[in-house]
Amino acid sequence: MAALTPTVLPDVSAPAHVPGRPRRVRVWRGVVLVVAALYFLAPLLASFIFTVNDPTQGFTLDAYGEIFPADGFAQSLLLSLGLAVATIVVVLALTLPAMLAVRLSAPRLRPVMEVVCTLPLVVPPITFVAGISTVLRWGPDYLATTPFYQTVMAIQNPSFPVVLVIADVVLALPFVYRALDSGLGAMDVRTLVEAARNCGASWPHVVFRVIIPNLKSGLASASFLTLALVLGEYTVARLLGFQPFSVWIVTVSGANAAMSVAVSIFSLLLTWLLLLILSTVGTRQRSGP
Amino acid sequence: MNGARVEFRGLRRTFGTAVALDGLDLTVEPGELIALLGPSGCGKTTALRCVAGFERPDAGAVLVDGDDITRVPANRRDAGMVFQSYSLFPNLNARDNVAFGMRVRKAPAAKRHARAAELLELVGLPTHGDRYPHQLSGGQQQRVALARALALEPRVLLLDEPLSALDAKVRVTLREEIRRLQLSLGITTIFVTHDQEEALSIADHVAVLKEGRLEQSGPPAEIYDRPATPFVAEFVGTMNHLPGRLSGDEVEVIGQRLPVQGHTPGATDVDVLVRPETVLVTPAEDGEALVVTSSFRGSSVRLLLRLDDGTEILADLPGHDATRLAPGGRAGIRLVERPVLVAPRTAAPVEVLTAAE
Ligand SMILES: Nc1ncnc2c1ncn2[C@@H]1O[C@H](COP(=O)(O)OP(=O)(O)OP(=O)(O)O)[C@@H](O)[C@H]1O
Ligand SMILES: [Mg+2]
Repeated sequence: MAALTPTVLPDVSAPAHVPGRPRRVRVWRGVVLVVAALYFLAPLLASFIFTVNDPTQGFTLDAYGEIFPADGFAQSLLLSLGLAVATIVVVLALTLPAMLAVRLSAPRLRPVMEVVCTLPLVVPPITFVAGISTVLRWGPDYLATTPFYQTVMAIQNPSFPVVLVIADVVLALPFVYRALDSGLGAMDVRTLVEAARNCGASWPHVVFRVIIPNLKSGLASASFLTLALVLGEYTVARLLGFQPFSVWIVTVSGANAAMSVAVSIFSLLLTWLLLLILSTVGTRQRSGP
Repeated sequence: MNGARVEFRGLRRTFGTAVALDGLDLTVEPGELIALLGPSGCGKTTALRCVAGFERPDAGAVLVDGDDITRVPANRRDAGMVFQSYSLFPNLNARDNVAFGMRVRKAPAAKRHARAAELLELVGLPTHGDRYPHQLSGGQQQRVALARALALEPRVLLLDEPLSALDAKVRVTLREEIRRLQLSLGITTIFVTHDQEEALSIADHVAVLKEGRLEQSGPPAEIYDRPATPFVAEFVGTMNHLPGRLSGDEVEVIGQRLPVQGHTPGATDVDVLVRPETVLVTPAEDGEALVVTSSFRGSSVRLLLRLDDGTEILADLPGHDATRLAPGGRAGIRLVERPVLVAPRTAAPVEVLTAAE
């Protein structure tokens, strides 16, 4: 996944074609490309062959055919996508205003914010889940007589576990922070905000009409990283007993080996497709209409 | 006249221990272009940002036509601003940049476009409406920014070194266009600059700031010819510091007696401040000065001369005199008979100041 992200990170408008690049550089570029391609494609190809090559019947696409009708497939995939969308919305709604406020009025707090946002990378997910589940268990005991009891139950609703959104938001923070920070760093936020204020724009207008349109690539890359993270997030969901797509894949793999590999390939393709969509959204603005 | 009167009243703003504005008092008359001039860090930008509403003064007030606007949020102020750095919205083309303010006010699209086209025409870019900021040169971007600042017909125009990122030639043309526009629109304009030539050439009034206070304000010629303080004298234009002796209300300097202007320091040994163009130089075999260097500037030539006692003097002469006064030759020196400013003697007895060059 990490290898894919640079495509959506803030687009540096690199010259598309530099004539007269030294020959040696071109050769090395080719070598690196081939090695990298082998590294990525060989396992993919092997997996693909494994799914379509039945020892008895030869070539067959049955494994792929089985995915869609499989029990729980649609439900878990939709749950994962729903969680991803909710996480993206929440994490962006939290971080963007906070980062703008820090940049504009309290630049000295930036290191603090950076450290706070990076913390989730340092805390192992297993510790994180242990904490969450302790709180969730502790909650009902102490809150039984208060209205919060309902809340604690509601966020654990298996059809849409809000607690997973909360956990994913925390896990996505470091990536979102990085993506937005480099996006904001690429523009002169203060001057643009002041220019817009000077033209009579209210704060919401500034954010939606000036900051966001100029931060598209940063937002796209933040969204993509979050999406990839939520689709692949296993530890927290599994230990809290929910069944989004990643958990479902592991569950079915015990029953049908060929199909579970097929599902993995399918989810990879799905992720690539979403990436492609997000990165086109992110880069279209540069070329201009 | 559409311009408003802008008053700074005892404006004070500190950043931690740094005092950016220290009781600034200044009045800008309706329709006039005032240049805020001063060395780096003297609070020019801060003063302008107090008018635009991006900075809230710790004490004092900004008045526009007598109304205290100190607490009015930036987006409700009637002042258009052009920033020092390029500030166009990168996602919008020139036309939409200019129309941004009208869009905020929900003006109908047709009206917006008509007005934007009109303004782009006004700043000399009638055919550039469809270009994006990255397709415009620096000078063009600042023109569009100017059009954007004028779009809402503000009664005050704030320019924070709008030309400093541009090359010399563009700077001169654009500043003249700004002046022309300002005169035709009659808009009160505060122009921040640290380029004294820029300030002197286009402003109705020049206000020289020093460490957050107003040092002197007046018409350009007055600032240049009758600087109120040695600081102004040295900051605006070039000054020679010549050793002199006070006697009564006259001062004796290189063998001449000149009347003293302004206040006199207590000591009798003083520095006399003399503009290079008021030094008259004539080629003379037995002259008292030696021509050390000569730098030709086209229309004028600046000579560095040394007296026998070691005093160095800068003199500006018409360019065609350059050949008659080559380095190594000797020359006679006289000062134009006019009142001069004196300052307490500086530590170094001989010093040539070329401030703000
Ligand atoms: N946001 C800020 N935080 C801290 N100090 C500031 C800030 N803005 C200005 N200052 C300080 O206030 C003083 C005046 O700054 P200001 O920007 O008004 O100067 P200026 O006259 O515009 O200078 P220049 O010609 O270099 O632009 C400076 O000493 C500066 O360091
Ligand atoms: Mg400044």
